[in-house]
Amino acid sequence: MQDDALQDNSTLLGADELILNMGPQHPSTHGVLRVKLKLDGERVRGTECVIGYLHRGVEKIAENRTYQQVAPYVDRMDYVAAISNGLGYCEAVEKLLNVEAPPRARVIRTILTELQRIASHLVWLGTHALDIGALTPLFYCMREREEILKIFEKYCGARLTTHAFRIGGLQYEAYDGFEKEVERFCLDFERRIQEYVDLLTGNSIWIGRTRNVGVLNAADCIALGASGPILRAAGVKWDLRKAQPYAAYDQYKFEIPVGTNGDTYDRYMVRIEEMRQSRLICLQAIEKIPEGAIMGKVGKVIKPPAGEVYHSIEAPKGILGYYIVSDASTQPYRVRIRPPSFINLQALDKMVRGHLVADVVAIIGTLDIVLGEVDR
Amino acid sequence: MNPTLHAILVFLQTWWVELTSGVVIVAVVPLVAGYVVLVERKLMADMQARLGPMRVGPHGLLQPIADAVKLLIKEDIIPDEADRLIFWLAPVISMTAALTSMGAIAFGPSFQVARDINIGILFVLGVSSLGFLGIILGGWASNSHYSIMGALRSTAQLVSYETAGGLAIIAGLLLSGTLSISGIVAAQEKYHVWFIFLAPVAAFIYLVASIAETNRAPFDLPEAESELVAGYMTEYSGFRWALYFLGEYANMIVVGSIATTLFLGGWLRPFPNVHWLNWLDFLPALIIALIGVYSIYRAGKQPVMVQTGFMWAVALACFAVALIFAMPWFVGTLKFVIPGLNGAFWFLLKVSAYIYVFMWLRFTLPRYRFDQLMHLGWYILIPLAIVNVFAVGVAMLLESNGVNRWLALILTTLVTLVFAILLVRWHDRRTESASTASLAPDSYAG
Amino acid sequence: MLDSILFYFFGGVAVIGAALMVTRRNAIHSAVFLITTLLATAGIFLQLGAEFLFIAQIILYVGGIMVLFIFVIMLVRLDVALHHIRFRMKSLVVTIVIAVLGAEAGAIIYYARKLPGQGLFIQNMAPASNLTPNSEKLAQSLFTNYLLPFEIASVLLLVAMVGAVVMAKNKKRTEDS
Repeated sequence: MQDDALQDNSTLLGADELILNMGPQHPSTHGVLRVKLKLDGERVRGTECVIGYLHRGVEKIAENRTYQQVAPYVDRMDYVAAISNGLGYCEAVEKLLNVEAPPRARVIRTILTELQRIASHLVWLGTHALDIGALTPLFYCMREREEILKIFEKYCGARLTTHAFRIGGLQYEAYDGFEKEVERFCLDFERRIQEYVDLLTGNSIWIGRTRNVGVLNAADCIALGASGPILRAAGVKWDLRKAQPYAAYDQYKFEIPVGTNGDTYDRYMVRIEEMRQSRLICLQAIEKIPEGAIMGKVGKVIKPPAGEVYHSIEAPKGILGYYIVSDASTQPYRVRIRPPSFINLQALDKMVRGHLVADVVAIIGTLDIVLGEVDR
Repeated sequence: MNPTLHAILVFLQTWWVELTSGVVIVAVVPLVAGYVVLVERKLMADMQARLGPMRVGPHGLLQPIADAVKLLIKEDIIPDEADRLIFWLAPVISMTAALTSMGAIAFGPSFQVARDINIGILFVLGVSSLGFLGIILGGWASNSHYSIMGALRSTAQLVSYETAGGLAIIAGLLLSGTLSISGIVAAQEKYHVWFIFLAPVAAFIYLVASIAETNRAPFDLPEAESELVAGYMTEYSGFRWALYFLGEYANMIVVGSIATTLFLGGWLRPFPNVHWLNWLDFLPALIIALIGVYSIYRAGKQPVMVQTGFMWAVALACFAVALIFAMPWFVGTLKFVIPGLNGAFWFLLKVSAYIYVFMWLRFTLPRYRFDQLMHLGWYILIPLAIVNVFAVGVAMLLESNGVNRWLALILTTLVTLVFAILLVRWHDRRTESASTASLAPDSYAG
Repeated sequence: MLDSILFYFFGGVAVIGAALMVTRRNAIHSAVFLITTLLATAGIFLQLGAEFLFIAQIILYVGGIMVLFIFVIMLVRLDVALHHIRFRMKSLVVTIVIAVLGAEAGAIIYYARKLPGQGLFIQNMAPASNLTPNSEKLAQSLFTNYLLPFEIASVLLLVAMVGAVVMAKNKKRTEDS
């Protein structure tokens, strides 16, 4: 393992340098992540992340499964936002097959994906606030997330690893009362977001813990390949839902929240605003779900022509990309997944330098990583 | 009669109040502290839209007992290189300091272990500060670098906020003119008003300082579970940890008692000298009886027989307690008990309200980082406390020169508040300019 | 009777604490036994009716100075420091000190046994009214009779505090405070 990153900073006064090991079992690393911190007193001089504790070999397994059989595996990567993973994969294979999902399927996919975005951001908000010490938002977020998970359960039978979409469209029709429940959730949700905002946004302790902590400016974001709310908080207005629209996003009006400083507080504000925008998308979508088929023209056996495709979507954590190479058989030749958390995690070193040890936890939280996605 | 036996009996006869109070404190307070933990968990659950402990005993009422039994039967793990004597001693010091300091606290007009010691408040403050030794030695005994660092940080925090708290208490002492606890309460009775209205800034400073003193959120970085550096309690498990934990909650009760005595009127009922409000004297019995009535009302709404039975049991217990409170009014020979009993009720009510505020703040606010915590203590609270002492002193001076007491105190409080606002503004601007200077401009943004 | 029991208890604890303190190898153990000695002394003060002195002993001596001692013991690597000390005349110095102290103690005991009132000068007990209320009397004499020493002591403390902060800050000036 390289220690180069840790050795080019000399310490002041020849003080003893500590290498502090955080994890892999740690309440705040959001999974099995091991972070080696090089400390100079209380200041962090560098970090080294050791990952791979959750590596399950998804990409290798995918080489020996049919295209439909791979779909449940991708749910387990970012297990907090399984529906997004499924959306990316199904759309990638549909691109490979040159097939489009029917409009009704696309709209329902959008609704479910946006609900999943809200759910993922709720988990992030609850755990991030818990790391910084606010005990209560976690339970409020989980309460809201319950409603979303009930909708998922009614739709496809599972709450977490949903496998909701199929290649070519959807398997299940939206159940009776789907629109009503989504509408009821969305109408109620604005008041709830206001609760979180009341608890945290103006709180001077929260601001003190998050402002100017973990600053990652736009140039660094782009250089490191960070995407998602991290990029937008740095001031770059880049969202694949607007830049390269997929599913039914081009039909709806929504804003892309952008921050200014690229610090933890801005990332918090960006994600809160994204939840609001997702809610608006859902409300617009359920007003007019087109009738029609839910499954496109895809046969029982999926055998795409030889070729390769790269398709990326805006997952809650960042840009999630699938690069699929097909060799004209029923099993893909190679499935390479571009996990947003893995790439965002590389920014940890830059963000943490010069901060105190107590900030490391806040910064890992603000990156919103899921180890299932980092390790695959 | 055997002279030794006679001597012992005389001793017991003279000192039986103190001895019983001592025994009560040592036996009852840990149990009470255990139930305060249960109250905190239930309260936390209520504020977080959930129920809290429900399984162990009806509504979780036996939870503290179950926890105590579990902690007692746990394996006693001592780290390999740890210093055995100190490892054993540290939690004991922590708990002993908290319990001993309760000795001088008066729950009612004559309800004290130490019979109204001349230096009451100072005794409580001084002995409870012995608890710091328990923290330092605990961190040391764990023989882990991080525990020592955590213990040192915790002690630094405690010492800083004790300074601010002590200065805030001085304001209350200036108003009362004496250190003894019954003297302070008598002064509040003489002034016809609680000191929190006369010196609100001091009361607020003491609130913040006491939260930091007891290591509660938002100042609980040294013992936060999700932080990196282990706290001083890491290597302690089983009953040793329980001693630390109970010591912390006993400390909360001590600190609440100090605040109640100094700022909230001690055992006085609200408006103690207003005669047309004398019916307030019946409130304790009335309040408890009303709780009993409410329990009976809820008993009808319970889904299960067991819950109904439990509610009825609660109602009966409430009525029994209300009877105990009401009886001295009707039985002539027991009339001497009234001030003590009522006083104890009001005192405990106020301490509970204070502890409720502690818990409320814990569930709402995030945690301060250590340097922000020290910044708050040294740069903001201590200057404010010093200025407040000046202000109250000036107010007393003005009063002795003929100015109306209320006018003098309101004026000086306003001056202190203006100073506080300016101080906080100045610091905000300083930290803002320090941090915005470090953000480099960026061409990709926007 | 209760008085003598309490006195012998506190005195015994003080003496045993002191004896244990000087015989421990572990510095922290010594510090802890010093704390017990100080607490026992404070108890004796309380018994004599000097309440303020009792609490001052606890707050300042035990809560301040002993905490400082323990900090220093914890942060200074004693085993390393001990290696650098080359003091060869340990036994000689100890013998001399014990001889001198023993002679003093012997003289006290001998002269006190001679006749009550003769020999050593015995202080008269202060009248009870002088003692209570404790802190008020102390404050009165501090602010009237002993005002100048009080102010000088405060200035000294201020100088010491400022000096300590300046010295600590200077060392860490390149780091953050």
